[in-house]
Amino acid sequence: MQKTYFANFLLAIVLLLSANMFGKDKEQHSDEPQKDLKTEIKEYIQHHLLDSHDFSLFSYTKENGEHVYVGLPLPVILWDDGLKVFSSSKFHHGEELAEADGNYYKLYHGKIYKTDAKGTIDYDAEEHPTNIKPLDFSITKNVAMIFITGLLMFWLFTSLARSYAKNGGIPKGAGRFFEPIVLYIRDDIARPNIGEKNYRKYMPFLLTVFFFIWFLNIFGLTPLGINVTGNIAITCGLALLTFLITNFTGTKDYWKHLFDPLGDTMPWYAKIPLYIILVPIELLGLIIKPFSLLIRLYANMQAGHIVLMSLIGLMFLFKSWLGSPLSFALAFAISLIEILVALLQAYIFTMLSALYFGFASEEHDHHEHEDEPELAHL
Amino acid sequence: MEKLLNEFSLGLFVWLTLLFILLLLLLRKYAWKPILDAVNDREEGIKNALAAAEEAKKEMQNVTADSEKLLQEARNERETMLKEAREIKDKMIADSKEQAKIEGDKMIKQAQATIESEKKAAVADIKNQVAELSVEIAEKVIKEQLSNKDKQLKMVDDMLGDIKLN
Repeated sequence: MQKTYFANFLLAIVLLLSANMFGKDKEQHSDEPQKDLKTEIKEYIQHHLLDSHDFSLFSYTKENGEHVYVGLPLPVILWDDGLKVFSSSKFHHGEELAEADGNYYKLYHGKIYKTDAKGTIDYDAEEHPTNIKPLDFSITKNVAMIFITGLLMFWLFTSLARSYAKNGGIPKGAGRFFEPIVLYIRDDIARPNIGEKNYRKYMPFLLTVFFFIWFLNIFGLTPLGINVTGNIAITCGLALLTFLITNFTGTKDYWKHLFDPLGDTMPWYAKIPLYIILVPIELLGLIIKPFSLLIRLYANMQAGHIVLMSLIGLMFLFKSWLGSPLSFALAFAISLIEILVALLQAYIFTMLSALYFGFASEEHDHHEHEDEPELAHL
Repeated sequence: MEKLLNEFSLGLFVWLTLLFILLLLLLRKYAWKPILDAVNDREEGIKNALAAAEEAKKEMQNVTADSEKLLQEARNERETMLKEAREIKDKMIADSKEQAKIEGDKMIKQAQATIESEKKAAVADIKNQVAELSVEIAEKVIKEQLSNKDKQLKMVDDMLGDIKLN
């Protein structure tokens, strides 16, 4: 029953979107000068790393110089004196102006700017556009991917939960694969870092964040190559959640340790000069912890994508019997490493989040934990 | 840094935060809680089952020890019973031997006494018969002898002379 519903749902999506996928999105590029392959690859990589307003699958150039993009348009949602919703196919990949309620919008380097009817963009001295940027809440490629991953995770893990109920606590099918991972997160990440007493309340976040990052990392390695976890806004959001959870669940001891790191080991007048330096460092550490999380994930995934795509690009640059197979082999090896990195980064993010939660929820009996801040700055 | 800030998209950030929190809440309710509960229950069950098995094993050992003890006791009891029986038997044999000996002795003594008295009676009887015979013989002799006067007188003299000698 479940499976037929799901299959129907997939079929409906495919049918709905197929009309858009074919035949549309053809543009003339004849007026642009022919770029050399190197710049094109570089631009392609840069474009790929960024979020985009349509779900492009691939593109090719016809013999007459016509670029054909194959993909799905996604809805654009703008807040500019009221909600403006239209399809991203209106932009025609940045070549045309989109008109909504008498306002004109232009897609310029992946960002939407408000322009006049002719689509002029004004630049400042540093070549940055000075046009107004409306608040952009579009369902971009990344948002769509988050949505798909979320649905997948929800379907996967609720069916796992149901299979437990059905089989009397014994996992079946995919559960056999995912249960050890869930148990690993519980027994080797949450329990040792947070402690037997408090780990339960952090488990949902740790599990969700681990599978979310892992799945998105893996999706980033598929030929669709959607670079979600290599986007600074995504890692920032995840790290911010870790930060908020850490501080909202912080115990009295955690805050006391933050503002009174030396405790009762010294008289108060001796502590004052030290605290002028120590307390700002502690407060800085508070920010640095999530910041390191967000930069680490972002940089690792971004770098992986750049390296992998550059190696693939090299195949087209070499065009020789030696160079191309060599760069193919290298790209293959790197993608294997990337599969490992995908898991590793998800693990590290979860592990460090658990570590920070552990510091926050710990209740000291004595203040003998002066070495902890150093550990926390990992 | 400027590139990073330029790449940062507020819309994406907001969407991620919303979708992630939604996903977190949904999964917490419909997936993680049932999964973790099921796993906990299972582990609890395994732990209990192991404890019960251990308990049963201990009980089994106790039972075995008990039966061993009982067996040992029974064996000891049998041993003592046998020993007692043997003692009783030995004693009985000894007693009856004693009894028999005493009885036998008694009977032998009685027999001896009887034999003695019988012998005395027999001897007395023989003495009587001998006396009677002697008297008869004497009578006959005397009668014969007394058939003439001289001989009678002589005999009386002899006899008187014998009596005196006696």
